[in-house]
Amino acid sequence: MTQLFDYAPAPESRSIVDVAPSYGLFLDGEFVDGSGAPFKTINPATEEVLSEVATGTAEDVDRAVRAARRAFTRVWGPMRPADRGKYLFRIARLLQERAREFAVLESLDNGKPIRESRDVDVPLAAAHFFYHAGWADKLDWAGLGPGPRPLGVAGQVIPWNFPLLMLAWKVAPALATGNTVVLKPAETTPLTALLFAEVCRQADLPPGVVNIVTGAGDTGRAVVEHEDVDKVAFTGSTEVGRAIARAVAGTRKKLTLELGGKAANIVFDDAPIDQAVEGIVQGIFFNQGHVCCAGSRLLVQESVHDEVIASLQRRIGTLRVGDPLDKNTDVGAINSAEQLARIRELSDIGVAEGAHRWQPACELPERGFWFPPTVFTDVSPAHRIARDEVFGPVLSVLTFRTPDEAVAKANNTTYGLSAGIWTEKGSRILAIADRLRAGVVWANTFNQFDPTSPFGGYKQSGYGREGGRHGLAAYLEGADSK
Amino acid sequence: MSPDRLAVRKTYKLYVNGAFPRSESGRTYEVTDAKGAFLANAAWASRKDARDAVVAARGAFAKWSGATAYNRGQVLYRVAEVMEGRHAQFCEEVAAGEGLSSSRARAAVDAAIDRWVWYAGWTDKLGAVLGGANPVAGPYFDFSLPEPTGVVAVLAPQRSSLLGLVSVLAPVLAGGNTAVVVSSKARPLPAVTLGEVLATSDVPGGVVNLLTGDAAEIGPWLAEHDDVDAIDLAGAPADRAMELERLAAGSIKRVLRPAPEEPDWSADPGLTRLTPFLETKTVWHPIGL
Repeated sequence: MTQLFDYAPAPESRSIVDVAPSYGLFLDGEFVDGSGAPFKTINPATEEVLSEVATGTAEDVDRAVRAARRAFTRVWGPMRPADRGKYLFRIARLLQERAREFAVLESLDNGKPIRESRDVDVPLAAAHFFYHAGWADKLDWAGLGPGPRPLGVAGQVIPWNFPLLMLAWKVAPALATGNTVVLKPAETTPLTALLFAEVCRQADLPPGVVNIVTGAGDTGRAVVEHEDVDKVAFTGSTEVGRAIARAVAGTRKKLTLELGGKAANIVFDDAPIDQAVEGIVQGIFFNQGHVCCAGSRLLVQESVHDEVIASLQRRIGTLRVGDPLDKNTDVGAINSAEQLARIRELSDIGVAEGAHRWQPACELPERGFWFPPTVFTDVSPAHRIARDEVFGPVLSVLTFRTPDEAVAKANNTTYGLSAGIWTEKGSRILAIADRLRAGVVWANTFNQFDPTSPFGGYKQSGYGREGGRHGLAAYLEGADSK
Repeated sequence: MSPDRLAVRKTYKLYVNGAFPRSESGRTYEVTDAKGAFLANAAWASRKDARDAVVAARGAFAKWSGATAYNRGQVLYRVAEVMEGRHAQFCEEVAAGEGLSSSRARAAVDAAIDRWVWYAGWTDKLGAVLGGANPVAGPYFDFSLPEPTGVVAVLAPQRSSLLGLVSVLAPVLAGGNTAVVVSSKARPLPAVTLGEVLATSDVPGGVVNLLTGDAAEIGPWLAEHDDVDAIDLAGAPADRAMELERLAAGSIKRVLRPAPEEPDWSADPGLTRLTPFLETKTVWHPIGL
């Protein structure tokens, strides 16, 4: 496509962040050395090493859990609920005060566009703390049974796609309900969690209430399997979710899992096409498609297929792929070489299985990990790209003729996290939403999140909810995790 | 009945997809009363019977979960009405199987029927109690509602053969799920009779499937079955519960763990057996002119 206008670079300054050459673990209110071999975290847009981060071993995790237990028994558990709430309000405000710093650091470490880290990740993280702060002294009215009590120590393992936001989804409800936390951030994106540790110190949060143990899979396993952990919360792949469910089998540990997805985004022929196309783009290319609830299967009514695809391709042609810190960037870097390899593999399988791959002409930076926005047409429901979670900017397009067929195809997956419906007809929205086996259904929008709105999956997308009144149950004794 | 009349005895069979088949395996096992006297030869359900039951339960799910909550409530209430008519038979079976005095057996049957009525009344309240509107920061009417999880495998309690069974089955149904139940192994007769009640109570075939047999044998097949969405381990043998939970992890099943000891089923259950088999669906509906 001819460029009528070139955009001048509009880079956000990275001078606002001060990345230390190395980071320790945050245990009992202090940064301490880890016992394992440190690992490097890189900027996926440039492959530049940002910092060296400690690896927590099983012994380190044990120290963290003991600190969390002490804090739970002596300080955080007995504390007046209103005071727990006030600490969370403080954290929310500190996140807002330091929002730009968090946004730049997130984009550096994760590769996501500054537009998203600035306008979505960080504000939503602050909102989650603000929302849950208010719950701390109102749990008796949450409808989760009389005198709800915290579980104790929560072990939480979070993914790399929304590092700070996933931290907020885990830490805010755990603390509001009176639990203490041992959190394991993803190994490719530990930096905003470590900056969050500094926020905890600025808030004078009592030592041991939040402990952050960095590392890879072994560290996460040590957190999940530690005997004195009462609650395990995990967001990540269905494969790891299965292993965690096996690991906690036969224990007293309460478990919530937020796993993979293969969401259907259903476009009916009466949908406003331009608005739907924006939603399709937002559904699959938001955060480079590194979104468990991404609208990765477009189900479009046959009669408008050609019109939708033409419009979609035109729109994708205007997406700007590149420097995550550039304020005009729409699609940033793939988070890691490993993830890029998986996206490439599945994309190539799509071609090999007979689907038609389309990518816009776009220049990708020389260094770093990049994958252009990709659309597959002529996809059959049996194709791997229609069944497997790609977790990248790859859209598979299927068609349908009747609402029944749309519902059958949408539900034809082992996952059940989210879905989208595009139509002008309100009654149709509700009728289709009723029949979709998915935990979150967006109508005439996609990838919307709010701390008041419960999020979580059906089927193999996991169990338990995060956010809203329902999310509190995951951290309270007796209350079921739904 | 004249004292010299020879009684007509019943053949105790499975209840699958609205019919009463024998086990496809041809197996039966001897059921005795609490003192060891012969009561019946019960069908000894096999892996194949369990798989057939899952197919039936899956097939029945759309209609049962799609029925209005009011309708489900009425159908379940009808079950209690028919149970009441079988009161004497249940008392006899519970007394024999559990070795209870007739007054204690009567109390257990009374409690079981009352428990069923209690759950029948829940069907059209769950949405209001567990759902709600979420005040999101945007132009959306955002609401969350409970929905049934799907096909639920239920390993019924081993000791409490009717009250225990009702306490685990009725909440699964009230939420709109369909069920595959493995009865108490040693005390299966009230489960068979309950199947006959269900068959004559407007509960669509396949909504409840009752297998008599050994939870230790059939449990693992149900726990790892990909088309089972959740499993209640209430009656799992204590030394097998962990293995069953591990198997269930393969398809991310919802698992309701067993209590260390079989609980007192007469206690108020609250929502503890309803919510584990309900999903929360959140819908973002646009607002605009």
